[in-house]
Amino acid sequence: MEHKKLNPELVSLVQQWKGKEGNLIMILHEIQNHHGYVPRELSLELSKMLDVPLARIYEVITFYNFFKLIPPGKHRIALCMGTACYLRGAAVILDEIKNILGIKEGQTTKDGLFYLDVVRCLGCCGLAPVVMIDNKVYGKVKKNEVADILSKYIKEE
Amino acid sequence: MEDKKVSLKIDGKVYECDAGMTILEACAKAAIDIPTLCYLKDINQEAACSICLVEVKGAKTLLRSCVTSIKEGMEIFTNTERVRNARRLNLELLLAGHPKDCLVCDRNQSCELRKLAFDMGIREVRFPKTTKTELPLDATSVSLSRDPNKCILCGRCVSVCSAIQSVKAIDFSGRGKSSKVTTFFDSGLANSVCVNCGQCLLVCPTGAIIEKNAIEEVWHALSDPKKFVVVEVAPAVRAAIGEEFGMPAGSLVTAKLAQGLRKLGFAKVFDTQFSADLTIMEEGYELIQRIKNKGILPMITSCSPGWIKFAEHFFPGILGNISSCKSPQQMFGAVAKTYYAEKYNIDPRNIIVVSIMPCTAKKFEASRPEMQSAFDYWKNKMALKEDEAFRDVDYVLTTREASRLIKEAGINFINLPGEDFDEPLGISTGAAVIFGATGGVMEAAVRTAYEVLTGRQLEKLDFMNLRGLNGIKVADIDIDGLNLKVAVANSLSNARVLLEEIEEGRSPYAFIEIMTCPGGCLGGAGQPIPTNNEIRLKRMEAIYREDKNKPLRKSHENPAVQALYKEFLGQPLGEKSHHLLHTYYKKREGVL
Repeated sequence: MEHKKLNPELVSLVQQWKGKEGNLIMILHEIQNHHGYVPRELSLELSKMLDVPLARIYEVITFYNFFKLIPPGKHRIALCMGTACYLRGAAVILDEIKNILGIKEGQTTKDGLFYLDVVRCLGCCGLAPVVMIDNKVYGKVKKNEVADILSKYIKEE
Repeated sequence: MEDKKVSLKIDGKVYECDAGMTILEACAKAAIDIPTLCYLKDINQEAACSICLVEVKGAKTLLRSCVTSIKEGMEIFTNTERVRNARRLNLELLLAGHPKDCLVCDRNQSCELRKLAFDMGIREVRFPKTTKTELPLDATSVSLSRDPNKCILCGRCVSVCSAIQSVKAIDFSGRGKSSKVTTFFDSGLANSVCVNCGQCLLVCPTGAIIEKNAIEEVWHALSDPKKFVVVEVAPAVRAAIGEEFGMPAGSLVTAKLAQGLRKLGFAKVFDTQFSADLTIMEEGYELIQRIKNKGILPMITSCSPGWIKFAEHFFPGILGNISSCKSPQQMFGAVAKTYYAEKYNIDPRNIIVVSIMPCTAKKFEASRPEMQSAFDYWKNKMALKEDEAFRDVDYVLTTREASRLIKEAGINFINLPGEDFDEPLGISTGAAVIFGATGGVMEAAVRTAYEVLTGRQLEKLDFMNLRGLNGIKVADIDIDGLNLKVAVANSLSNARVLLEEIEEGRSPYAFIEIMTCPGGCLGGAGQPIPTNNEIRLKRMEAIYREDKNKPLRKSHENPAVQALYKEFLGQPLGEKSHHLLHTYYKKREGVL
């Protein structure tokens, strides 16, 4: 893994927030916005700069689902498990995606292409079950269509 | 506010209690023990377990007595059907996620969860096991082992690590059913800032944190006819191990312990107090030298290995302040495998040194790579190869582990008449006994420093202002016009205060004693469970009683230590001492 360091922007952010209440979450947000996740090395650096124990940083990043510990894949698959999608068979679609990609929710494929996220309601329940890949929405997805949808992204490579 | 009284009713009776008290405290005054699990006075008041529920008239829900303050006119019910059922339900839910392997659990005799389940009448757990997957053990540390499956998430360990020790190696991670207590990125205690003090173990209500056990290895060594197995016992052990056999806290069992260990088959039963006296010689002369040569001051004691690792992580800038003396445990190992081996013509490779310590960090200390001075001493003399290397101290047992050896061997400890320790490494003075209590090393050092510096006899040996459980104790000691300003800290959060003064260049002291654990070694994590302040004070009283009864009470008067210098070491801080009895420290990163 390449060695990651806080860029100057983040360093100035840390300086700005140092000593203020709630600073850790603010800074972690910025780190994640920048890197797509919270790299371990940056936690180490942050711990020293803010004088916050490492175990405390780990507590925060594991408590909130928002924070990711691993680099996200190139394409984010958001599978909806909201009520409507669930009733229309989202669990079957989820299993199929897991089968094809060999990952569980919250994980990234080995080739770094896909990251699988399970979400609640994407706001288009009429299309249930819904899968969203990056910004494209796939509605009324059937189990036998999953492989086709994914293969488009694989072919692009 | 503090002296205001509040009138309230508990189970129908009227009580007057101090305002600001919790319901739990008020009930204790009324002779009602509300069951608690996560609560640890002044340390952990997180209201995590919901066992201490009570009913309060007018309140919508049951209330957690540990965090609810009393109010004027409150009507509290501690033993209603609703209260009993709610408490039982909460406990049952905790038990549902627990392995319930009590018969073979390390904490079988001291588990608060097991006791509570019995006392609260739980005879059946109606719920299926809640945790789906077995969580991996954290067995990375040489001192401690953590089993998250037995953890009930009470948070005591997290609180003690943070509030008492200011180490903060562990915290909660995840949430909901994936909550657990862990280190940064689950990398394990050994790869964290954990100092191995084990105070987390001491407060854990279950068997989720235990020491790394060396009992089998010691049995194995004891049954090997080729090995000459000797044992050294730390001062604080004799003031506590009786508790493991049902004796009251404060029982002094020095002679029973020596006899019990001899019965186990140790070739010689020696005493870490011998090397505690030796430590005073080396450390005392080091202090005198630093003062005379304007060396780095304040000098800080180095006996407590948790504190040493703490300094290496958090205060690398002041490592030069720490005495270069090894701890008594390590001095003993080095002397046993050189001086004693030579004097009695025993092959040092066949000597096994077992130490019995009130401490879990001692296991880590014995495993430090540099702690093999005896091997380095013999390497050239005996033409030893690197793969023949041996440790100065081979196995470290806690007080609790030692009691298990004695129980396993069927020794009726309580009824042993008692015997003496063996000569010469079992001879010690009162100055060495008090190493087991916070302030003891300081007092012992002052007794010797005074006489060495003035050449006169010290009239009053008891330095009362250095004794007791206060977190930081300071004193001005007059040595013939030389005013020695000293400070004593126990627990690392207190030590931190003194260390920050040094870092900022405003420390007024010449000499500081630091002990990792509250109360000093007598409150170490290897000691019998429970260990609380009441018990600490009783053990402390026993230690000073032993000191008072010793014919010799100053380290430099120890005839065996005098002989060691005469026959082998030469003089304190001499060439041999430098190699065998002194060490060095290194900066450590927060995570590996």
